[in-house]
Amino acid sequence: MNEVVPTRTIGAYVPMVDGPEKVSGRAKYTADIIRPGLLAGRIFRSPYSHAEILAIDTSAAESLPGVIAVVTGVDCDKTFGVLPIARTEHPIARDRVRYRGEPVAAVAAIDDATAREALRRIVMKVRELPAYYGTKAALAPDAVALHDHKPGNLERDVFFELGDIDAGFAAADLVREEVYNCAEVCQNQMEMHAALAEYDAVRDRMTVHASTQVPYYVHLMLARVLDMEMSRIRVIKPHVGGGFGCRTETLNIELIAALLARKAHGSVRIMTTREETFITHRGRPETDIRLKIGMRRDGRITAVECECDQRGGAHSGYGVVTILYAGSMLYAIYDLHSVRYIGRRALTNTPPCGAFRGHGTVDIRFAFESLLDQMAGELGLDPIAVRRANYMTAPTFTDNDLMVNSYGLPECVDWVERASGWRTRKGTLPKGKGLGFACSHYISGASKPVNWTGEPHATVKLKLDFDGSIVLLTGAAEIGQGSSTVLVQAVAEVLGLDLARIRIVTGDSDVVPKDNGSYSSRVTFMVGNAAIAAAQELKRVLVAAAARKLEAKPEDIECLGELYRAGAQDKGVTFDEVVTEALKDSGTITVTGNYSTIPESHGGKKYRGAAIGGTMGYSYSAQVVEVSVDEGTGVVTIDKVWVAHDCGKALNRLTVEGQVQGSVWMGMGQAMSEEAGYHDGLMVMANMLDYRVPTIQDSPPIEVGIVESNDPHGPFGAKEAGEGSLAAFLPALTNAVADAIGIRFNDLPVTPDRVFEAIEKRRRAKGTGSPKGNAGG
Amino acid sequence: MARIVEVILNGRRRIDAVPDNLLLLDYLREVVGLTGTKTGCDGGECGACTVLVDDLPRLSCLTLAASMAGRRVDTVESLGKDGQLSAVQRGFHEKLGSQCGYCTPGYIMASVGLLRRNPHPTDDEILEGLGSNICRCTGYVKIIEAVKYAAELQSAGVEP
Repeated sequence: MNEVVPTRTIGAYVPMVDGPEKVSGRAKYTADIIRPGLLAGRIFRSPYSHAEILAIDTSAAESLPGVIAVVTGVDCDKTFGVLPIARTEHPIARDRVRYRGEPVAAVAAIDDATAREALRRIVMKVRELPAYYGTKAALAPDAVALHDHKPGNLERDVFFELGDIDAGFAAADLVREEVYNCAEVCQNQMEMHAALAEYDAVRDRMTVHASTQVPYYVHLMLARVLDMEMSRIRVIKPHVGGGFGCRTETLNIELIAALLARKAHGSVRIMTTREETFITHRGRPETDIRLKIGMRRDGRITAVECECDQRGGAHSGYGVVTILYAGSMLYAIYDLHSVRYIGRRALTNTPPCGAFRGHGTVDIRFAFESLLDQMAGELGLDPIAVRRANYMTAPTFTDNDLMVNSYGLPECVDWVERASGWRTRKGTLPKGKGLGFACSHYISGASKPVNWTGEPHATVKLKLDFDGSIVLLTGAAEIGQGSSTVLVQAVAEVLGLDLARIRIVTGDSDVVPKDNGSYSSRVTFMVGNAAIAAAQELKRVLVAAAARKLEAKPEDIECLGELYRAGAQDKGVTFDEVVTEALKDSGTITVTGNYSTIPESHGGKKYRGAAIGGTMGYSYSAQVVEVSVDEGTGVVTIDKVWVAHDCGKALNRLTVEGQVQGSVWMGMGQAMSEEAGYHDGLMVMANMLDYRVPTIQDSPPIEVGIVESNDPHGPFGAKEAGEGSLAAFLPALTNAVADAIGIRFNDLPVTPDRVFEAIEKRRRAKGTGSPKGNAGG
Repeated sequence: MARIVEVILNGRRRIDAVPDNLLLLDYLREVVGLTGTKTGCDGGECGACTVLVDDLPRLSCLTLAASMAGRRVDTVESLGKDGQLSAVQRGFHEKLGSQCGYCTPGYIMASVGLLRRNPHPTDDEILEGLGSNICRCTGYVKIIEAVKYAAELQSAGVEP
């Protein structure tokens, strides 16, 4: 086809297609859906960390005027869970509670005050069991098992050894081993969890509106837990106020709302508090890492041994995947050949952890990049030179069979080195100031979906009718990351049309094709490719219609978006005329675009779970962080961050920059202040004052360099942009602090009290006393 | 107990019977149906519920509706003229000061309050004016750009 399609929006700065709704207050989130007669749902949560339930007495709650329905574990014996191998969690605890805050009962009442009063009338009788709040305690030989099917509280252990590790360490000029600890962190997305369930008792149909990243998974779990046919269920995802992985699995809230609605024969809205949202966090687990690296004098890594323990919380969730990612993603960033990984995921009496942004890769990357920096210092090498000594060459497969087709890490490193003035400034900054460097990477969607059905990974439908507007139907969950915008851009680009021609409909299982959801940074890559395929199919239909109209051969038709013509001399026919002609064949036109990953990307079989980590494309990131450390107070200030991200091709520079800045900043929160703290299993930091989210006044300028490695399989060459830059911030920060004050922090977060304590310890060791004369005594 | 409260809400006079313990946030969302103002925390932590009371930013989650008698209350729904986005709305939309959008109405109202009292804020004044709001998506960089751009638009005659 002799076509001339001008580039329209791909690569430009394009504001989000749903932006006007968000800035005008018209965007409806789940809690914004208010209907007459809506019942208020509230959850009674366990005050015990670990206990056998002897009795739940809800009679006083049920007899309270205005209470319409009460449900307990008795009402539902079904289990749920995101992984088919680990569906063992009850939406409402039965027989046993395993963490403080686990749902035990729920109430639907005519208003919130009545629902809250009803909760106060519920009485719970238990026999308490020993509770374990740390990995070591839970894995101790005499510990009581939280789950009968998981003896020893070991959710999953992983072991692999690829290459000759002993020979690798023997070939090293320097071998170092360190231990690291990363605190548990929560996504803490701005929209608190909410669910609205509407039960149509006459037809036995259930509609659930949920603040989720995965409407399809919610659909599956509703059917399972309600014991209803999937065809009787409709799941609607309204606007969603952020996810960051918190909502990549079905949460008990949406299931409880549905159980209440069915029992009440009505509509129930559950709006959780911030504290409940924290408890339902599914965040990044507390992680202990022992890492040993062998290095040659020239910076080449000869061997790696990594041991990783994760405190998973009371239920499986994504746990098996998280502990596998932590091992597999040691690879695909540097050229490694002798690697031993030992991973353990423990079940503990704390809220279940899950898939926080950068799933499984972040804490390991912190340890790895920290140790590289430390060893570079000992060998007298530039930290950047150490990375350069270990680059991969794409295309290639790693030792654990991960397929790497594009590799923009060298360009990322070059960019931040140049932009930060690294060569002239590193080592020359005044006292108390420092520069730190680190790299990270991430997948563009897991190549094997969680629920393997044999269907394509992504399906997009386009509908074109008499009015000449194209409606893009997709299940891809827009959660603020800009997926709707990028999909509209992709279709507009292929058809050479203005964005205004295309409307997108998403998030309603009655209307849109199924999609696996917004997680593992899969949407741009997978759904983007499906959108391109659909648009190409629509173009084929339109070109054929134009050829008929112009009495020409399809291969001679030029598609100029609003004009189709047979050669440059032809005045052609308008898009509307082509549509009218095309409709004569079939009436309303609908076309389908599919996308499936290729088998080579599915990861390997060298160890159990080796498929985890397989993707069609890895993104890469390099970062330089500049800090000032106040040695009198221990306060670390981030002066500036330079970050370069290889996203293959920036389909929308505005949203790529926004995603990269957002992930760097989220890494900053984890590195510097965020920590889910517990007291006897009670999350005591479950609010945004104690759980220290950086404010605008704490946050630095973040300068973004976009590197485009043009992935051969990516949509227009694109890879992910929303996760890969998070991890590098953590080690870049601690490397910068080490540069500034000569103290290296292996435990996160690096809070002022930790910094101050470390400085004081050094002062005492040196016998120089405190500069203020009275501190630390 | 309830009392009759007369309030100028988004430029229109309203009279409602308001329970003494009803928060302004819940009055706006659940009674009036203006759901643009968001609930983001358990009270005074995040700024998502920021509205203007007599032109000054205020957390509607820490304000009793009954105390608004005779006051002017403006929410995000009040912004824009002749069907066009206001300067601050355009800033947040065009510069991507809004990603998931949940904190956005609060940021927009805090920014409108800032620009109404100080049309040419310095960087430090922007940080101070938005210091009690939390955004979890943007890292704040583009929020600052959005407010600066809004100030430029305001200078060119677009209402904040």
